[in-house]
Amino acid sequence: MNLIVPDHGKAEISRQHSAATSRPPIVIAPSRGWRDGFTLAAADIAETVRLWPLVWTLSFFDIRLRYRGSLLGPFWLTLSTAIMVASIGFLYAKLFHQDVSAYLPFLAISLVLWNFINTITSEGATCLTQSEGMIRSMRMPHSLHAARVVMRNVLVLGHNLIVIVVVFAIFRTTPNISAFSLIPACLLWAVDGFAVCLLLGIFGARFRDIPPIIGSIMQIAFYMTPIMWSPTMLMHRGFAIALVKLNPFFSLLEIVRGPLLNMPLEPEAWTTALAYSAVLLLLTTIAFIRARSRIPYWV
Amino acid sequence: MAKLIAQNVTVSFPLYHGESRSLKKTVFAAASGRLGQDKKHRLVVEALRDVSFSLKTGDRLGFVGSNGAGKTTLLRTMAGIYEPVAGSITIDGAITALLDPGQGMNFDLTGNENIRLRALFSGYPESEITRLQADVAEFAELDQFLDLPVRTYSSGMVVRLGFALATAIKPQILLMDEWILAGDASFMDKARHRLETMVRGADILVLSSHSAEIIMQWCNRVIWMDRGQVRADGTPEEVLAAYLPPEQFAQVKAAADVAV
Repeated sequence: MNLIVPDHGKAEISRQHSAATSRPPIVIAPSRGWRDGFTLAAADIAETVRLWPLVWTLSFFDIRLRYRGSLLGPFWLTLSTAIMVASIGFLYAKLFHQDVSAYLPFLAISLVLWNFINTITSEGATCLTQSEGMIRSMRMPHSLHAARVVMRNVLVLGHNLIVIVVVFAIFRTTPNISAFSLIPACLLWAVDGFAVCLLLGIFGARFRDIPPIIGSIMQIAFYMTPIMWSPTMLMHRGFAIALVKLNPFFSLLEIVRGPLLNMPLEPEAWTTALAYSAVLLLLTTIAFIRARSRIPYWV
Repeated sequence: MAKLIAQNVTVSFPLYHGESRSLKKTVFAAASGRLGQDKKHRLVVEALRDVSFSLKTGDRLGFVGSNGAGKTTLLRTMAGIYEPVAGSITIDGAITALLDPGQGMNFDLTGNENIRLRALFSGYPESEITRLQADVAEFAELDQFLDLPVRTYSSGMVVRLGFALATAIKPQILLMDEWILAGDASFMDKARHRLETMVRGADILVLSSHSAEIIMQWCNRVIWMDRGQVRADGTPEEVLAAYLPPEQFAQVKAAADVAV
């Protein structure tokens, strides 16, 4: 009565293309203690690194999908940023009594970088809930969804860089020697971006009102952080400058913006940025160890 | 050799009913000192309780049971999606789970793009992806549809794409929920044929179905799930004899005997 009879003679034919034959068996069990939890969390991230081609393709498809059928495609990103920088730039240079040739490059970098931070936080908060379909249909590393958001926004950032390059060319702004510090700065941004997405993604999956809260916090942060205005405008006001120096967004912006705008290396900004990053990484690690196995139940 | 072992698996779902799931409630509860109580009083649904079995190469297991008996949860747990709160699952071999027709596909992307994503997930090199796309196109008979977004497909076409994709990846362990029965008759024959070759490759098939005929034909072992627990485990005839009402079982058995 059973029509499907095992036939060991033919076993090899169908196994030819099996990609995972050599992998050791997977044992899934509740973690015992923090050390075990840490190993599992680290394995999750290692798996994401292994699946890097998938992360890249997912992000690439995300961008392509967003602009499918449009004439300019992803260069709408470039165009809208360019228009925004140009229109705000000339208006605010007048309002703040600033020299356009100094203000516009500053504004271009600040807006592009802030755009990156802002989308990372808002998309990060929904990165797990948005991937519900994938999470519940196959076993895949959860950190992959955070990596996808970061990668996608790096691609967006890439398109916006054109605006910065053009503005710099027009106003002949040249970065100085301290620009080499951009390499560790970008690395720090990537790590922080990934950690923020994972942390907010976990909280966003567990508490559904996190995403709108993040939205309003970022709105306030936009005005509190020197993005449209430069901290030099506050030179004569002692209190405000202290407020700026403790702002985590300011320190992160400054380590990238400073060298590009031909300013000396700022050890103070670096210290603050590294300190905030360390706290962020610690929080993310704890949250991920505790929540990793519960994520499929939450989304 | 493929292997799948479930050892005292227990899975429970937390019930964050409506408001208690929100941050507002948690913060207010903490402010009024009720957080501890809230945590202790958290309701859980025990979806699986102490489920144990072990599958080896050549096993074709069927799950039967009423709605809500835990069949789909068990399949998800076996696939490694839900991690058990107690007990363990050991998976040895490449596993594919056909749990719902969508299968994590992005319906806005085209069929070919979804195939590429799945291939990358399974670690296929670029050269293999094109071959896989051709294979799926041929088997699912979707041809030019593969260049259109999946949301333009009929539900039958989505099922065909999902099935073709899952079996083209050549899993050693295949977990299937009953939705595969949504295909039309001619596709069912094709699907059967494909599964037969797969299982002849001496792998493991796990099937959850309400159809006793399908279970009788496709499985050599049946587990009867009841309220999250294993109620019976044995050959299809033994278990179905106990599970089905007598006259229905006689009917199924007669039909199966005719088929042989």
